[in-house]
Amino acid sequence: MSADASVATTDAPFLRMEGITKRFSGVTALDGVDFALVPGEVHALVGENGAGKSTLVKIMTGAYRRDGGEMWVEGRPAGFATPADAQAAGVVAVHQEIHILGFRTVAENVFLGREPRRWGVIDWRRMNDDTARLMAELGLDLDPRAALGTLSTARQQMVAIARGVSLGAKVLVLDEPTSSLAEREVAILYALIRRLQAQGTAIVYISHRFDELYAVCDRVTVLRDGKLVGTRALAGLERLDLVCQMLGKSREEMQAGDAGFAPDAPASADEPLLHADGLRRGTRLRGVNVEVRRGEIVGLAGLLGSGRTETARALFGADPAEGGSIRLKGKAIEPRSPDDGIAAGIAFLSEDRKAEGIIPELSVGENLTLAALPTLTRFGIVSRAKQQALVERYMTRLGIKASSSQQKIRELSGGNQQKVLLARWLCTDPELLIVDEPTRGIDIGARGEIQALVNELAAGGMGVLMISSDLEELVEGSSRVVVLRDGEDVARLARGEVTQDSIIRAMAGGSATAAVASAVTPASASDEPSAPAAEVGA
Amino acid sequence: MSETTLAAVPRAGRRRLRLSGPTAGAAIALGVLVGANALLTPNFASAGNLWNVLLQVSTVLLVAVGMTLVISTGGVDLSVGSVMAIAGAVAATTLDRGIPVAIAAGLGAAAVVGLLNGVLIARFRIQPIVVTLATLIGGRGIAQVLSNDGELVPIDNPSFEFLGKGHLGPFPTQVVVAIVAVALGAFLLRATPFGRYVLAAGGNPAAARLAGVPVWRTIITVYVLSALLAGMAGLVEAAKLGASDAAKIGLNVELDAIAAVVVGGTALAGGRATVFGTVIGALIMQVIATSFNMLLVPYAWSLALKAGIILFAVYLQRPRRV
Ligand SMILES: Nc1ncnc2c1ncn2[C@@H]1O[C@H](COP(=O)(O)OP(=O)(O)OP(=O)(O)O)[C@@H](O)[C@H]1O
Ligand SMILES: [Mg+2]
Repeated sequence: MSADASVATTDAPFLRMEGITKRFSGVTALDGVDFALVPGEVHALVGENGAGKSTLVKIMTGAYRRDGGEMWVEGRPAGFATPADAQAAGVVAVHQEIHILGFRTVAENVFLGREPRRWGVIDWRRMNDDTARLMAELGLDLDPRAALGTLSTARQQMVAIARGVSLGAKVLVLDEPTSSLAEREVAILYALIRRLQAQGTAIVYISHRFDELYAVCDRVTVLRDGKLVGTRALAGLERLDLVCQMLGKSREEMQAGDAGFAPDAPASADEPLLHADGLRRGTRLRGVNVEVRRGEIVGLAGLLGSGRTETARALFGADPAEGGSIRLKGKAIEPRSPDDGIAAGIAFLSEDRKAEGIIPELSVGENLTLAALPTLTRFGIVSRAKQQALVERYMTRLGIKASSSQQKIRELSGGNQQKVLLARWLCTDPELLIVDEPTRGIDIGARGEIQALVNELAAGGMGVLMISSDLEELVEGSSRVVVLRDGEDVARLARGEVTQDSIIRAMAGGSATAAVASAVTPASASDEPSAPAAEVGA
Repeated sequence: MSETTLAAVPRAGRRRLRLSGPTAGAAIALGVLVGANALLTPNFASAGNLWNVLLQVSTVLLVAVGMTLVISTGGVDLSVGSVMAIAGAVAATTLDRGIPVAIAAGLGAAAVVGLLNGVLIARFRIQPIVVTLATLIGGRGIAQVLSNDGELVPIDNPSFEFLGKGHLGPFPTQVVVAIVAVALGAFLLRATPFGRYVLAAGGNPAAARLAGVPVWRTIITVYVLSALLAGMAGLVEAAKLGASDAAKIGLNVELDAIAAVVVGGTALAGGRATVFGTVIGALIMQVIATSFNMLLVPYAWSLALKAGIILFAVYLQRPRRV
């Protein structure tokens, strides 16, 4: 793949990197990568999990130091020692894992490190007013005085982006910005990106969702195993070709291997595996009914705050239901804690990998076996041999990329962490697997593998309840879909009725339909490359 | 530029350093200390003196093993010194009913304090530093009340004193007790689910809970274990003294134990622990104290130097920039 003339490559790049190399204790994460950003472009960075995308942008923004290579900003050699240095030069990152001060307010987080002062003390009034103005400008409905920790992940992410904008960034790096955003917020994000682009800000956009790339990006750089595959204009590049470049496969291989994803639910007629009736908890759950049969993948759809995650947590016992009944395999259960849920044969993959998933200082193997430890224990001692066998099996099966099972999980790329967490649950051999945004942050190749794996498990008699904000995933991946709204189930769509439209209609209900539908379109505008965006960069 | 110099460092070398982790710094420091003392301090390298170092370090080590577990859950146990005093006082006052009763009563009393700490911390979610500060203060008071308002309670029982003065073969009993505790601590952390749960609860409690880790039970158990080990240290100390001195036994031991743990490379934030490191940390502190004593360095100066060495050892294990 060669650079091409269709996009404004003739512009002097604002930022240029050449031959960037980075090693982590023996593992080469980046090997001689070149990268350039011109003002006003939206530059996609794609590659499999662990390809080195986050590492590259961390070097660009001063979070890591490079082991080799050169970097120029506005034609001058640059090397940022800290993120603060990078910010001062206008290079700002919103990282994959959000870093925030949970107890501090939105305004404090936005202005952290550069609080407006008066007479040497913080000018709270101005800080709050400025933040309110910024939020209004960006179309965000957020109280500057709210503690950040009380907001949803999506909103925290928007605050992080708002902070980047207010820093007057000339380069804004968004590392998987939409992974925790709902449709409406994605639309806000797009609008934001277009506005920044018009102002001449260069944007680096990392995402595993191709719809998004085609919707907002002008150029794309592909990395594979830490090496540069190439950079070119996105317009005119076929989706399949892009995937091939990412995975290093030929078109023929890809088409042959594409088995598709269609779980034909055997949906046995006998008693359902799970039968939950009128689940209630506080104001978030106001009577949810769900049924899952063996061999079935039931999608759980709904807008942010509709009670999807709450339903899952109530079933698992993480936040027990206050009312309603749950029957598993025909037996009434009342899970009051995750322990109870696990004992009953339920597994729950949380949506928040960092806060509720990984134990950062423990190894891949220890993280993977955490939930299954009791089964690996004999006479009170964890059997190393059994543990190793289990870990190796799942690392191979899910294609987990790590230097060894002894590597600390925090050193893995985001997508590989997610795979470890999925494996943590699979090795407990659950009857009912509840997954909350299972493929969040997982690359397109692995995503297919994981979906296939879930299918296989379902075919083996497991019941699966899948929460997803990704409509495509719901349509492709579920046997049926239950739609929640305001803490109640409002629709159940049978196999034939599941389409993106029908889900959207049910999610929004009544008047809101139009608004949501329009917000979703940019993302679902499939393969249409965004022609106008390419011109803005010129 | 710094980037290029970094690239020049051989990879394998850096990896090895990393594998041994933060404990490597402490091990090097201990090696240097012992080497320098062997050369400079007369009689330091004699067998008698080395036994002396081990004898001196054994009570702190007992406490520090428990402290390692507590700190790796992200907590801290300030009450250990008072627990030592309570265990000593209870054992001394119940000794007339036989040694097994005295030991059981002493350890039992210690366990009760640990249980109180654990329950307040795990179930009532009070900060560990606050809870154990309260039991530090209150515990010392109770120990003195138990021994008739702080009077010295003499122990006149050679069999009991065996714990602090006797030998098992060539080994002093208290050294054996400490070694057993170290082995037990390392075994728990490495080989049992409990050890895994301790690190998980310390590393990310929310994630641990969702993975089915009994977080409460783990934390309570950790504080009970810490108290039991401190209780054992109290019994040893009382046996060594031949009396229970409720006002003095275990005074400031929490600080030595925390220093040993931190110098050894256990993360104060929790989630990472090394019992082996703690042993090295405790030895460093003891070697400093012993050698200064032998060199007749004034006590006040030895404290300042000790502080400097703690800071240096912890500096060596600061997180490296990647
Ligand atoms: N701090 C670290 N220590 C050791 N290895 C690391 C560290 N950070 C990243 N790596 C390794 O470097 C490689 C690249 O990781 P990186 O996070 O850049 O991947 P990525 O392309 O962002 O993947 P994802 O799509 O999953 O986010 C991986 O193999 C990862 O294990
Ligand atoms: Mg990444």
